[in-house]
Amino acid sequence: MVKLSKWRMIVVGLVALLSVFFTLPNFFPKNMVEEKFPEWWQPVNLGLDLQGGSYLLLEVQTDVLIKEQLASMLDSVRSVLREAKIRYVDLRLDEDFVKVKILKADELQQAREIIAKINREDTTAETKGQEVFLSFTKQALIKMENSAAEQSVEIVRKRIDELGTREPSIQRQGTNRIQVQLPGITNPERVKQLLGKTAKMAFYLVDESTTPADAQRGKLPASSFLVSGEDGYAGQYVLKRSVVVGGEHLTDAGVTYDGGRPVVSFKFDTFGGKKFANATKENVGKRLAIVLDNKVISAPNIQTAIVGGSGIITGNFTSESARDLALMLRAGALPAPLEVVEERTVGPDLGADSIRSGEIACILSMLVVLAFMILAYGLFGLFADIALLFNVLMQVGMLSMLQATLTLPGIAGIALTIGMSVDANILIYERIREELKAGRSPLNSIEAGFGNAFSAILDSNLTSLFCAFILYVLGSGAVKGFGVTFAIGIVTTMFTAILMTKLLMMIWLKYRRPTSINI
Amino acid sequence: MTKFIGFITKETDFDFVGKRKYAYVFSAILAIASIASILIQGFNFGIDFRGGILMEVRSEKAMDIGEMRQKLDALNMGEITLQQIGSDSKEFLIHTLGRGDNESTQMVLVQKIKTALGSDFEFVKIDAVGPKVGSELVHKSTIAAILALLAIFIYIWVRFEWQFALGCTASLTFVLITTVGLFSIFQFDFNLNVVAAIMAVAGYSVNDTIVSYDRVRENLKKYRKMELLPLVNKSTNDTLSRTLLTSITTFFAVIILLILGGEALKGFSIAMLWGLVIGTFSSIYVAMPILSLFDVKKSMPVEEIPA
Repeated sequence: MVKLSKWRMIVVGLVALLSVFFTLPNFFPKNMVEEKFPEWWQPVNLGLDLQGGSYLLLEVQTDVLIKEQLASMLDSVRSVLREAKIRYVDLRLDEDFVKVKILKADELQQAREIIAKINREDTTAETKGQEVFLSFTKQALIKMENSAAEQSVEIVRKRIDELGTREPSIQRQGTNRIQVQLPGITNPERVKQLLGKTAKMAFYLVDESTTPADAQRGKLPASSFLVSGEDGYAGQYVLKRSVVVGGEHLTDAGVTYDGGRPVVSFKFDTFGGKKFANATKENVGKRLAIVLDNKVISAPNIQTAIVGGSGIITGNFTSESARDLALMLRAGALPAPLEVVEERTVGPDLGADSIRSGEIACILSMLVVLAFMILAYGLFGLFADIALLFNVLMQVGMLSMLQATLTLPGIAGIALTIGMSVDANILIYERIREELKAGRSPLNSIEAGFGNAFSAILDSNLTSLFCAFILYVLGSGAVKGFGVTFAIGIVTTMFTAILMTKLLMMIWLKYRRPTSINI
Repeated sequence: MTKFIGFITKETDFDFVGKRKYAYVFSAILAIASIASILIQGFNFGIDFRGGILMEVRSEKAMDIGEMRQKLDALNMGEITLQQIGSDSKEFLIHTLGRGDNESTQMVLVQKIKTALGSDFEFVKIDAVGPKVGSELVHKSTIAAILALLAIFIYIWVRFEWQFALGCTASLTFVLITTVGLFSIFQFDFNLNVVAAIMAVAGYSVNDTIVSYDRVRENLKKYRKMELLPLVNKSTNDTLSRTLLTSITTFFAVIILLILGGEALKGFSIAMLWGLVIGTFSSIYVAMPILSLFDVKKSMPVEEIPA
């Protein structure tokens, strides 16, 4: 007597229903699904290669950041040595350290100590001969890289959000990369422009005690530095080192027009506003330089104290560049410049073509395999076919449910699993044939067939799963998508081939009670 | 229901193991040719690996390819390959390979090509990969392959015996080397999708080997008195029908992909197709004979199996 396991029926039935349920959104028009269906009930998430869009891989230029930090350490070394009245020569910045030569041998130890105090936590100071070397510790470098990458992701997100792009995806990748995916954007130039500047802004007072020409000849006071002007503001400026207010105190920025010319308006937070008010009050008549990314964009005269905590930046702007600057100031400065190391753009037509040919390939290989299984196994082939159809349904259902991304290689993965998925059925059927030949009854043969084939199916599929998993972990973009469908395919195949096919056969045995089976 | 494919159901008794010496020679030649080609001429790496630009452009009306080439040459940015797809002079491929440019000039070049060609064209697809990313990829892919081999080795060791683990890893290494070798010998374009296909081939090949091994494991327990060589041969014959049937269905799927998948999946399909053939061959002629080199019987646990 054939006994049907109730649990098996419930599990198979439930999974089948869930698969249908999660596959359903794929058959409705996209806008309708997006608006009316809940977030957990959505169609398959198409990769950029299928729906069209841009993919950018950005690299945070941490070496630039580290150079900057070293430069500021160099300034500190100079000031502490001067303060302690220790005489030195040859203070300079090398590859990844600051180096200084102390003139008197008996001051060397003292110099090392005060230099080490500058930033005891993150740096190490060593002596070699009469020279002191100051460099960042490994941990400090890693910390710096890490926080730079984290901050950059945030800033990139803010800047792109300001553009109002539909569903951008911004993710950190590895230690210093950021992956940006922009569905529907087929010309990423504008985005690249917005990410191309760090937008570090600060206000400095112009040092009127010397001229740029003198400064270039070496008459540069230690408390000042030389900066060049932005294009159109040619020439050099000597600025006082101490920052009046930094860009981090900006709370808002926008574009307004001043006498028909576009200017950028800004607002400070309370602290910044106060500092700015004091500085402008004390320096009426002097010039205030606005420095963006190490270039002076304008240096107007302070006519009156600016107390409201807000003001405007004039400069050589077009309305577009003013708008971009305002946007970047609102989003905040990047800790280090970004470099585009990979860029991929797919037009929407090509994506649609890929989907169409992918669908045809899947359907065709399904038809061929369906027919082949019936030709090879007759009625049992039909059982395998039903399992195969559910297998594909389950794959699409799972992809939709997990909101995994389907890419073109991913579709190839589905087509491939269609061919490979009947393997488990074939293994089982070949076993059943053997058992029948050995003279067992139909029921016994089927039980033994499933039982004996199980270890082969399990071992072979688990090892394939390793390959899929490694592809997922190490792959990127489209290859990752292939890893996902490949892995999902292996899981669904094991489920449908083992549980579903067996259930179908048992139901058939129960109601038909055949005395012999023809497999 | 009637079945039309009956020929495979016959019990076979081919002498696979007897011909293993020929198979060794054949496998050795294949492996040596692959390795030699990889060492001597290397790969025809696409931009995914070497960095560079690949653009697919389309226009409404037929364009003069000579004129386009002039515009590109005028950029003076080194060698830019221009290639027509199809016959109606409306679709073109523009291609540059990494020349050790730094990342930013690469991206700037994309913009320059766009401006040079003008508004007559629609840019269907643009890929620009910096040389840094590309070279990392070679490294990453190699690690992926080694990790996969290691994971599979350990798993089989645990589930079977070390001889099986060794045989399966050797067979898989052979499949990987010859598949990669195929791309080197014929200088097919080696891109990211090919890497995906090679991992799929690895999965398929291990799958195949394990099914045969599973049968050896079973037969070792069943026929305790049988000599190893005939036992391995019998196991190969036992699983032959399944091996052929599965290869056929997968073969269908891959052929269809090759025909319909277009340019993007061409490398993928070629790797899969070859992998299918060589994977099946390797299961029978590399993985199985290796077992006979070692005394698997000794390491099998002694336990009585009910008949």
